[in-house]
Amino acid sequence: MSARLRGYALFAGVAALALVVAPLVLPAFRLDELAKYLCFAIAALGIGLAWGQGGMLTLGQGVFFGLGGYAMAMYLKLHDADGDLPDFMVWSGVEKLPALWKPFESPVVAVVAVVAVPVAVATLLGVLVFRQRVRGAYFAILTQALAAAFGILIVGQQALTGGTNGLTNFYDFFGQDPEADSTQRTMYYVTAVVLGVLYLAARQLVKSRFGRLLVAVRDGEDRVRFLGYNPATVKTVTFAVSAGMAGIAGALFVPVVGIISPSLLDVVPSLELVVAVAVGGRYTLAGAILGAVAMNYAKTSFSEQWAGGWLYLEGALFIVVMTLAPKGAIGLYEQARDALARRRAPAAPAVPVGKEAAA
Amino acid sequence: MRKPFLRPLAAALLVPVAMLSGCGGDSDGTGSGGSGGGGGDTIKVGVLHSLSGTMSISEVTVKNSELMAIDEINAKGGVLGKKIQPVVEDGASDWPTFAQKAQKLIKKDKVATVFGGWTSASRKAMLPVFERNKALLWYPVQYEGLESSPYIFYTGATTNQQIVPALDYLKEKGRKKLYLVGSDYVFPRTANKIIKAYAKANGMQIVGEEYTPLGHTEYSTLVNKIGEAKPDAVFNTLNGDSNVAFFKQFRSAGYDAAKLPVMSVSIAEEEVKGIGVDNVKGQLVAWNYYETTPGATNEAFVKAFQSKYKGAVTSDPMEAGYNAVHLWAAAVEKAGTTDVAAVKKAAAGISLDTPEGKVTIDGENQHVYKTARIGVVQPDGLIKEVWSSGKPIKPDPYLKTYPWATGLS
Amino acid sequence: MESLLNQLPVGLSIGAVLLLIALGLTFTFGQMGVINMAHGEFIMAGSYTAYMLQDWAGGEAVIVALPVAFAVAGALGWVLERAAIRHFYGRPLDTLLLTWGVSLVLQQAARDLFGAPNVQVVAPSWLTGRIELLGGNLPYARLFIMALAAACVVGIWAYMDRSRQGRRMRAVMQNRELAAVSGVATGRVDQLTFFIGSGLAGVAGVALTLIGPVGPSIGTYYIVDAFLVVVAGGLGQLRGAVIAAVALGMLNSYAEFWTDASLAKVIVFAVIVGFLQFRPQGLFVLRSRALT
Repeated sequence: MSARLRGYALFAGVAALALVVAPLVLPAFRLDELAKYLCFAIAALGIGLAWGQGGMLTLGQGVFFGLGGYAMAMYLKLHDADGDLPDFMVWSGVEKLPALWKPFESPVVAVVAVVAVPVAVATLLGVLVFRQRVRGAYFAILTQALAAAFGILIVGQQALTGGTNGLTNFYDFFGQDPEADSTQRTMYYVTAVVLGVLYLAARQLVKSRFGRLLVAVRDGEDRVRFLGYNPATVKTVTFAVSAGMAGIAGALFVPVVGIISPSLLDVVPSLELVVAVAVGGRYTLAGAILGAVAMNYAKTSFSEQWAGGWLYLEGALFIVVMTLAPKGAIGLYEQARDALARRRAPAAPAVPVGKEAAA
Repeated sequence: MRKPFLRPLAAALLVPVAMLSGCGGDSDGTGSGGSGGGGGDTIKVGVLHSLSGTMSISEVTVKNSELMAIDEINAKGGVLGKKIQPVVEDGASDWPTFAQKAQKLIKKDKVATVFGGWTSASRKAMLPVFERNKALLWYPVQYEGLESSPYIFYTGATTNQQIVPALDYLKEKGRKKLYLVGSDYVFPRTANKIIKAYAKANGMQIVGEEYTPLGHTEYSTLVNKIGEAKPDAVFNTLNGDSNVAFFKQFRSAGYDAAKLPVMSVSIAEEEVKGIGVDNVKGQLVAWNYYETTPGATNEAFVKAFQSKYKGAVTSDPMEAGYNAVHLWAAAVEKAGTTDVAAVKKAAAGISLDTPEGKVTIDGENQHVYKTARIGVVQPDGLIKEVWSSGKPIKPDPYLKTYPWATGLS
Repeated sequence: MESLLNQLPVGLSIGAVLLLIALGLTFTFGQMGVINMAHGEFIMAGSYTAYMLQDWAGGEAVIVALPVAFAVAGALGWVLERAAIRHFYGRPLDTLLLTWGVSLVLQQAARDLFGAPNVQVVAPSWLTGRIELLGGNLPYARLFIMALAAACVVGIWAYMDRSRQGRRMRAVMQNRELAAVSGVATGRVDQLTFFIGSGLAGVAGVALTLIGPVGPSIGTYYIVDAFLVVVAGGLGQLRGAVIAAVALGMLNSYAEFWTDASLAKVIVFAVIVGFLQFRPQGLFVLRSRALT
């Protein structure tokens, strides 16, 4: 069996595991938790693309996650209110539906906005920032400040956004009660399938000419420019794609967990996503997914046991990973595999397996 | 030849699924709601507060007082002859986490009830979970009112037991020009809406209204604005660390209680120390309970708590959490079961002698009758009562009985 | 009109706070390219140093703590540099994540050592007054912070511009390889730079006890602002940092005066992004022929 076939077989295996085995063995409430991790994994996939492949460390991914989440939640709120004002607006003394909310009465607009709004914002920011060759640390700090400012803005506009409470208490998700076990099960399937599809798409992107250009930009932006390409365009497109993924993740998060709030989109959650990607292995898309699922799982189960300890563990894990294994868990796995392969076949010539291409 | 790129992905999903199924194995996953918890010779209850993150400062002590109440009940033989077994969970100062942990407590641990939450945001996040699963939440903190979920019991004050008496007091003292300062979130905004309606009806004037982001530490501009507006009292709904920065900068700009009194509704005994007694002494606070509240029940409560946690002070939310556990136990005893519908029915009208005095559950809105108390921060860091409503005030979360409040809710 | 003048000293004093918290970063970030997210926790270490010294120094703890906090935070920074960061030169983004991990650990450690609630640091009695100025008043505490910021700036300038060690530091910053082949022990310079940068955070932490809370999470309140000052001022540029801090302080104070605190933060951010459109490298740029 060729490696490629093996790869596909493995993907099928994982898919079967996620779509058949997990729903069978997991109780509904754990399945819902897994669905939440998968939402974060979608956002992490975007970070893997922008950071791992493109070298853009984005610390503001929560913003796009939030934009997608709010777009979805606004529609659900309006749908529940059924012509009236959403409950929190009543508390805040709003009398007429704000113009910003009007378009979200339509489910089509909402679903389109889930992707379109983050992509538009990221494109705008990308055009402004990348054209001026703001990069590296500057870009990271700018995106972080963006997350901080966005969080403050959402909290400050309580009448428009629900403030710190965020948007919660949805009764009807496209005809289903979002808290019902059957809906949660369906949402799990939807999330898993979306993740799978996006993974394959991202992988295709990375393997394309565009993907090569992207890695080239990461490793030597000026050289790419000298070769006649415009790195700003490459980066902006990638950044927009990753923002779109974060938006989708946010939109799925809303029915899965039943809330979107500013605490999900400012500095710390954005950083935690990046942490997860780094721990999983930033240079591979699968590493990003692995990291997001594993770190969120660890966070949940650890905080069930020893609440204060999670910060020590997260911090320590991070220090260790960055110092000893900057390529993350996947990197370690590859190292171990290569070492094993070398031992098994000491005489074999070096096969071009070790190509540091994106995988 | 290609790398088997999908192998890592397999690992990515395999590991957690295996682990999740391991720890979820003891649950049948049907999630039949919170009416259980009574199997065997123990009754499980959930205790859900932020034990990590920014809110842990406040919530850990409430968790402690709730656990102490559970211990007390167990020492006396438990409820219905069964011991209460607390399942403690961490909300991690993150609202979605609160919703998920509530779900875990109800569906996996099958607890009879949950005691938990502090911020309004955490309560709003948990509310749908409890309503859909027909489970019970006891929420122990003063809040902004305008809510009355059939599946939540509110043992902290609603607005007419804290904000309105505080305004009554200021009016009585002849304070006519108020400046409103608050953190930017739901409680201050709603409180200030009520204050503005009250002021309008009572000939008071609001000379300024300002909100700052949570965790804000730069108050010099705001203090300047206050100075220009020349109010004769400040109504402070700031939250957490912002209070420290505000009072430090307020005082160093030359203001003290004599010159410009500040009425605060989120500063209890615990916060006074962090702010610095010098910066806040003589200032006013509004609660239902202080460590110095007279009565044998309180003396016993303070003594028990301080022998358990050395050097600790007791405060209003801790006391409300402690009450919640005892009120629930009384309701279960009366109902003879932990079934949610029966407990709800039995809870109506239950009356207990608590550290703050007599409290009674209002069957209609599931809040409790509480005595309002205005206090002054003393140089030793404790709070002395200077005014009280004398008797427990009937809870009115929607302020329906106040004519000036029509149109607020 | 009077109120407009009133805001002037306020803006200056906000600027002084920003400058103080950002000064250390111009060293570590500006000179060494290390994005030290634990900078906020070094500030915290300074604050807790003042708290600890109270038992011993009483009301004057804040003054006594200044040199001690410089040493304590500096030592923390030095350990961090030796233990981890020196393996990371040339990978600025990785230092960001590494130091974020460090900051998490330090925060939780503070929580376990000193407890989660805020603690009290009593200001010296002679710092509680204020002077009348332009119709408003300026607390001594603010004046003290301004003076301290100014003193730090002068000290750094003298060090960088006048001392041999400072010259070596600038040499390493401008061209590490060339400095190394010219006989500068770059490793030692790095250690010293990190020590001073972190130490300055400790000094800022002591000063901040006069106006803000002292607790495990205070670092998180200041870190983003500090980075914005450095970014706007330009990497490793002392004068850039000074001008950026004062300008942002003014902007903050007036924006908050005309709108509110939440919007002011958003406005400040928007202005910085706009500004970077024109000066992507910040106010002042270190001329260099290096690519990237």
